[in-house]
Amino acid sequence: MSPTPLQLHVPEPTGRPGHATDFSYLHLSPAGAVRRPELDASPASTADLAFTLVRVLDDDGQAVGPWAPPSDLPLLQRGLRAMMRTRAFDAKMLIAQRQKKISFYMQCLGEEAVAAAHALAIEPGDMCFPTYRQQGLLLARDDIPMAELMCQLMSNARDPMRGRQLPVMYSYKRAGFFSISGNLATQFIQAVGWGMASAIRGDTRIASAWIGDGATAESDFHTALTFAHVYRAPVILNVVNNQWAISTFQAIAGGEATTFAARGVGSGIASLRVDGNDFLAVLSASRWAAQRARGNLGPTLIEWLTYRVGAHSTSDDPSRYRPADDAQRFPLGDPIERLKRHLVVQGAWSDEQHGQLQAELDAEVVAALKEAERHGGTLIDGHVPPLESMFEDVYKDMPAHLQEQLRQARQET
Amino acid sequence: MARMTMIQALRSAMDVMLERDPDVVVFGQDVGYFGGVFRCTEGLQAKYGSSRVFDAPISEGGIVGSAIGMAAYGLRPVVEVQFADYFYPASDQIVSEAARLRYRSAGDFTAPLTIRMPCGGGIYGGQTHSQSPEALFTHVCGLRTVMPCNPYDAKGLLIASIENDDPVIFLEPKRLYNGPFDGHHDRPVVPWSQHPLGEVPEGHYTVPLDTAAVIRPGADITVLTYGTMVFVAEAAASEAGVDAEVIDLRSLWPLDLAAIVASVKKTGRCIIVHEATRTSGFGAELAALVQEHCFYHLEAPIERVTGWDTPYPHALEWAYFPGPGRVAAALRRAMEA
Repeated sequence: MSPTPLQLHVPEPTGRPGHATDFSYLHLSPAGAVRRPELDASPASTADLAFTLVRVLDDDGQAVGPWAPPSDLPLLQRGLRAMMRTRAFDAKMLIAQRQKKISFYMQCLGEEAVAAAHALAIEPGDMCFPTYRQQGLLLARDDIPMAELMCQLMSNARDPMRGRQLPVMYSYKRAGFFSISGNLATQFIQAVGWGMASAIRGDTRIASAWIGDGATAESDFHTALTFAHVYRAPVILNVVNNQWAISTFQAIAGGEATTFAARGVGSGIASLRVDGNDFLAVLSASRWAAQRARGNLGPTLIEWLTYRVGAHSTSDDPSRYRPADDAQRFPLGDPIERLKRHLVVQGAWSDEQHGQLQAELDAEVVAALKEAERHGGTLIDGHVPPLESMFEDVYKDMPAHLQEQLRQARQET
Repeated sequence: MARMTMIQALRSAMDVMLERDPDVVVFGQDVGYFGGVFRCTEGLQAKYGSSRVFDAPISEGGIVGSAIGMAAYGLRPVVEVQFADYFYPASDQIVSEAARLRYRSAGDFTAPLTIRMPCGGGIYGGQTHSQSPEALFTHVCGLRTVMPCNPYDAKGLLIASIENDDPVIFLEPKRLYNGPFDGHHDRPVVPWSQHPLGEVPEGHYTVPLDTAAVIRPGADITVLTYGTMVFVAEAAASEAGVDAEVIDLRSLWPLDLAAIVASVKKTGRCIIVHEATRTSGFGAELAALVQEHCFYHLEAPIERVTGWDTPYPHALEWAYFPGPGRVAAALRRAMEA
């Protein structure tokens, strides 16, 4: 018998431009079907939860099953507003990018529930280590002026980052939002270190780490899992599986025939796989993980199943690599529509209220953009930070060689 | 004052800082219960508890990455990378994260951490336990790179590094841990107890992070060096009978340019000695600075005496090592030019 030639397996998505995706690869569970373990469940005992899907909202907009959070309609209305505010902000910033007021933008269309519900589940003082697609953590808050975010996007004279960072790479220590790097996965292990520090000091604050499905292939992700497990760090390890890393399907990051949540169980970490387009499920699972962390019960890894409806960034064109109707066919729907339907069913929301809120948020965004342009200028009109800002903050105090280079730059620029 | 080896002086620095500042934590591979493979942290876990001095998984990227998170929280982590040869997995965390966190966040977050790494050869460590990667750090804006050559400076510089608000790469020439090595590897080891720089105060003191030290004053030629090569250069000057001024840079970057310029303008000649490989080594930067600032005072070409551009060999260690014979020959050439 002649030996079989070896074959290299290169994963492929089922859908490509011209033929539709078969979404059965997602292995969904019905709403309410997945059990909710005790807070002190052992990591190994959560193995089944890494392969099923925690869902609360059913197709009729009802909250069902053990993960349904206690009814709090005002909180859910806040959550709906946070998601709609994020979407309105993103839509306007995409236009501003096309108008060349900003150089680049990244929206989180379709993923709004993940950041918005998480923001409402953690406490003041907790620290998120986000990726560039968690602007919802900031837009869910009322204490971060929208115009200031826009000044960062425009790298203008009022940019708190002093024009040093690409648009969307915010930093808000006072809002529990760690400086975004732009290098992927680095923040995941840093979040674990932050949580370890909080435990070393006997504090009560916890960390929340964020990463996308694609970047879980980086060693920093696996290192973070090891450290979080070893030191039982008070941290929530969020993996946002939006199916696509630019043009790379999640199977290339290692999601084929397994889940990203399963990585956690293998590392001795309690793990959940959750419907990321279900605001109530995100709220409930985030609370469960936060309570575990705050109770010295250790880290929790949560894979949020969602879909990147928009392009990766304004430099990307997804029609080149995935079916045009993918987002409409994605079986977990739209997070805003799903929460809206729930609130309407509960008698706590109406189409009229929804329209009013939409108009109010659109007006807020327009006013904020005007304010940002009026005070700080835009990239087009040359309102950039002063030359010395390039040399400041490299070190705490400017060393002699940078003082000399600044002098030279002033003289010769 | 007490007689200390460099290991004892480094331990004393961490002891002093753990005692003074509850934000100081010490961790790395084998540093906890065991006290480190070079014994630098011996006894510290027993004294300060395992939440402040502890073992880490074998993951340099994880050690530095978690330390950045701790520093962002407000702690002052002092981490050990067991050999400088092993820092490469932590490169992204050092270069892209620690070094630029203050800049990219406009001071919203900072990373005041100290990364200790034993470096250099002369211990039959082969190509994975002998490297001197200082130039890889001096090239990175936002880092401070420090390399002491004696117990007094080791303690004072380490305390200054821990107290500094910038990330510091703290390189420890391991051949100098137990004595001031002059490069004559075939002679008996001279212990620190017989050297004046082995006299170390027991309490808190600092050595500033941007000043060089004149190890041997001289009038005719300047030797710019640091780390393992300092006492080699000193011995070579004596053996060559040259009135050389040996300058120990101590802080490689930011560095004490004024001290370098003053010395070279005085002597008119300069050689540069380091153990690391030559091409794009830190000596290239030093040579560039000297010609930029002292060109019209120079009476001879600037020469570099360095490790060869090869991996650090095991059997041929002393053929690789830029010993006193090679340094003396360079001194004579520069004097005759």
